Amino acid sequence: MDNTLDLAAIQTALEKSSAKVEALINSYVDKKEQLISLLQDIQAEFDYLPQETLVKISRTLDIPLSQVFSVATFFQSFSLKPRGRHTITVCLGTACHVKGGQRLVDKISRDYKIGPGETTQDERFTLETANCLGCCALGPVVVVDGKYEGHMTPDKLDKILKKYE
Amino acid sequence: MVEQVRKLLDRKLKNVQELEQFQQTILKDKDSSQVTVSVCGGTGCRASGAQDVVDAFSEEIEKRELQVKIDFKETGCHGFCERGPVVVIGPKKIFYQHVKPEDVPEIISETVLNGKVVPRLLYTDPATEKQITHESDVPFYARQMRLIMGTNGEIDPTEIAQYIAAGGYSALAKVFQQMNPDKIINEITKSGLRGRGGGGFPTGRKWQSCRTAEGDTKYVICNADEGDPGAYPDRSILEGNPHSIIEGMIIGAYAIGAHQGIIYVRNEYPLAVEHARTAIDQATDYGLLGENILGSGFDFRITINKGGGAFVCGESSALIASLEGKVGEPKAKYTHMSERGLWDEPSLLNNVKTWANVPLIINKGADWYSKIGTAGSKGTMIFSLVGKINNSGLVEVPMGITLREMIYDIGGGIPGGKKFKAVQTGGPSGGCIPEDYLDTPVDFDELTKLGSMMGSGGMIVMDEDTCMVDVARYFIDFLKGESCGKCTPCREGLATLSEILNRITHGEGKMEDLQTMEDIGEILKIGALCALGRTATNPVSSTLKYFKDEYVAHIKDKKCPAGVCRELIEYEIDTDKCTGCGVCARACSTGAITGEKREPHVINKGLCIKCGACFDVCKFDAVVKH
Amino acid sequence: MTKYWINGETAIEMNDAEDVNTVHFTVDDKDVLVSAGQTIYESLRHMDGIGVIPALCYHPAVRPYGACRLCTVEVSEDQGKSFKFVASCLYPAKNGQIIKTNTEKIRKLRKGIIEFLLARCPDVKVIQELAKEYGVEKPRFSLGNNECILCGLCVRICQENMGKSAISLVNRGIYKEVAAPFYAYELGSECIGCGDCAFVCPTGAITIGPDGKPILPKVKIPQAEVEAMMSEEKLSKS
Repeated sequence: MDNTLDLAAIQTALEKSSAKVEALINSYVDKKEQLISLLQDIQAEFDYLPQETLVKISRTLDIPLSQVFSVATFFQSFSLKPRGRHTITVCLGTACHVKGGQRLVDKISRDYKIGPGETTQDERFTLETANCLGCCALGPVVVVDGKYEGHMTPDKLDKILKKYE
Repeated sequence: MVEQVRKLLDRKLKNVQELEQFQQTILKDKDSSQVTVSVCGGTGCRASGAQDVVDAFSEEIEKRELQVKIDFKETGCHGFCERGPVVVIGPKKIFYQHVKPEDVPEIISETVLNGKVVPRLLYTDPATEKQITHESDVPFYARQMRLIMGTNGEIDPTEIAQYIAAGGYSALAKVFQQMNPDKIINEITKSGLRGRGGGGFPTGRKWQSCRTAEGDTKYVICNADEGDPGAYPDRSILEGNPHSIIEGMIIGAYAIGAHQGIIYVRNEYPLAVEHARTAIDQATDYGLLGENILGSGFDFRITINKGGGAFVCGESSALIASLEGKVGEPKAKYTHMSERGLWDEPSLLNNVKTWANVPLIINKGADWYSKIGTAGSKGTMIFSLVGKINNSGLVEVPMGITLREMIYDIGGGIPGGKKFKAVQTGGPSGGCIPEDYLDTPVDFDELTKLGSMMGSGGMIVMDEDTCMVDVARYFIDFLKGESCGKCTPCREGLATLSEILNRITHGEGKMEDLQTMEDIGEILKIGALCALGRTATNPVSSTLKYFKDEYVAHIKDKKCPAGVCRELIEYEIDTDKCTGCGVCARACSTGAITGEKREPHVINKGLCIKCGACFDVCKFDAVVKH
Repeated sequence: MTKYWINGETAIEMNDAEDVNTVHFTVDDKDVLVSAGQTIYESLRHMDGIGVIPALCYHPAVRPYGACRLCTVEVSEDQGKSFKFVASCLYPAKNGQIIKTNTEKIRKLRKGIIEFLLARCPDVKVIQELAKEYGVEKPRFSLGNNECILCGLCVRICQENMGKSAISLVNRGIYKEVAAPFYAYELGSECIGCGDCAFVCPTGAITIGPDGKPILPKVKIPQAEVEAMMSEEKLSKS
């Protein structure tokens, strides 16, 4: 596939985009320096940053698309791809690392055939790793859909993940 | 009750007298016979199920109609996260650990109503095997000096009146009544407070230069982008006592003449964001933020900016870039932030812990404050004491305490009778300190002398099972992922170091790699653009300095002495110890373990992926790693 | 009477150098006088008798960026008591500075940076020449075979001089690269085909295609990732 911007597809998507998103972007017209906050709001809405919203942001706030794209790709909390129904975040902070956090990542990678940043084919899970979630005393820590699970072992994790469909 | 008092006022606090009057009213109305029940609601305890305990208490209190008798609150982090959920029953401060919802009815019947302790919920000192009833007697707390963290466990962070009742905003009152900006800065300077974000720059000097800097608008910024992996004091304070930071920021803003404040907080800390937001709203309602604060004629507002998830944004110029809606790339700091920061205006940027110290210094005075600590580092420091340690959690200690006291007296030593190997401080910019230096007093200068640094308070303990080459690799890989990629030395140097360290941990290292790594370290130290790059090789240089034998073992003998590096270890079943229970075979995801029931099992090395699952599950120590 | 260099172009002899519009400092043991308001690199760029300070991310047409670090020099602002390392393309020239452009430490640093660049871009001529000059032979490690050194000149000229920002630096760390939005191969209407990006590129990583528009260095991220982001399915979802 050639990476050409499919402007027609973007235009169609733009026309379909919800009034909510439009209002959201419009509310930032006078504060375009808060681009990162806006992208966070969009991400909260869709769980990722759809291409056409970035185009819309660029047009509405008059920021070059290339710069919106730079910011969206620089920061770790933004995803440009749709994500799974459930997000598993494995903490790999130092304390979690020395207590075996990497083994949890390995376990998920093995069982669900996804690496960090990837989503399972059935869109059930997205695996993410975090640098430190600040629950160091409970390491290793895994967060599934915002729920923190401490003192995790590959075995316990297996049981927990089975509960998420 | 508190809400009623406020409704009586039904308006913003107009002046300092009204604030004091308000505080008196709350205290007077406080029923001294009330039993307080504080459940820790920090992220750590929540991860251990504190929310269910809170719900159980609320339900039980309502069911038994004890709302008047019990002053129930969900507080901020108590620090002893490893023992969570933590519940403290006042006024005697009976300390319960690992509390479950089903324990709640008994706690209420026995402890709250009858004053009796529930022994099974008490903490047992592993050293003496004695049960300990009161919080202050628990060794983890006994050696601490909780000037900043103490209030965390006393108040509900979402209730401003509780902060005010505990003496909150009295430093602000004092400032408006008795101090002018020069006097405030003088007091901060005299206190000897140094920036708690890692660098240790004298806070008073920073404030002074920002005060004298010319600019139409000045900004006050709180750096809560706590990115050091293994450190979470900032999160705990912002979650547990947000008003102390707000109060510090108002005082700082008044001192330098700023009217706009920003809290830059990590996106990974949702609870901290929520509590900070609530606190700002409440402070604004009470007239402690906004226009004409307490009738002083001084205006100040605070907004919250969430970080986008980039470690480098803890660096001040990258933080500013991201506040301006740009990519978080650092800039050369040839002019100070205090002269040209956000939107090129003078900006006062301090870490969460630094701000939290300000009300304390103003209230108690620089003379009092400067008596705590060492000659060069004053006050207390909050560390997250984590890793291979018995009592892990947040500890606040006076500067100058030794590493040994922290690890053995407060931390209770290393679990499982293992041998201490190193303690890592300062996050990815810091280094690993070996046993020989455990009697070093902890302060800014001493840690730097050892090739590490204070950083933002991470203290990760490592034992004989931690591989130091793997630790170095871990930090370099971390930084490789977090480097902004702007300058050549940092971007390419970290890529190279990562490649070399990954080779060594895979048993493919060469002795000359060690020299190459040292050379790269020198280049980064002088050539990189920002502090992230300039300190990035500390984890390598400190482990090379103190643990060179481990590198040599990986390179020459192809062995990982700690048994961590997967490519260099093998699992085997000790036939004498194996009972043939079959637990390991069931845990093995690749079917590498076979054997008859009640007969010794064997591992097929061709199928073994060395995940260690069998090692973890074997109750007879029959799986050996070598 | 001392001989002073004015912006490295003319040497004049004069008595006093206290004119407010000039800056007087010492560089590699020579007294120099330059017009005020410049960075160290700018003021020394054309100066005779001063060795060439290497720089790959500097171009007079755009604001300095400080990325390649090759122009690092040692500066003392306390009469030589202490020296610090600064990127001369960003650091302002000030009265009384003592500047050293070619100390052993500086040469070692430059050698190190050149080794990195050569390991990343072994076939780029300008880097091979620098390597020869600084005595860097075969790098001790390899970082691939690229042409772009991420100096950012193309991005800066497009933004600052043309006001277009058709391209930008995306991602971070080792994944940083020059790209058009969404890694599109063909530049959109933002690109006016001025060719400045190719012109300023020090390594020849950007060339001009038959349609007059630049051809950017090949992106580093896997094609599958790009496709996932560009998929139509994703567009229909919102």
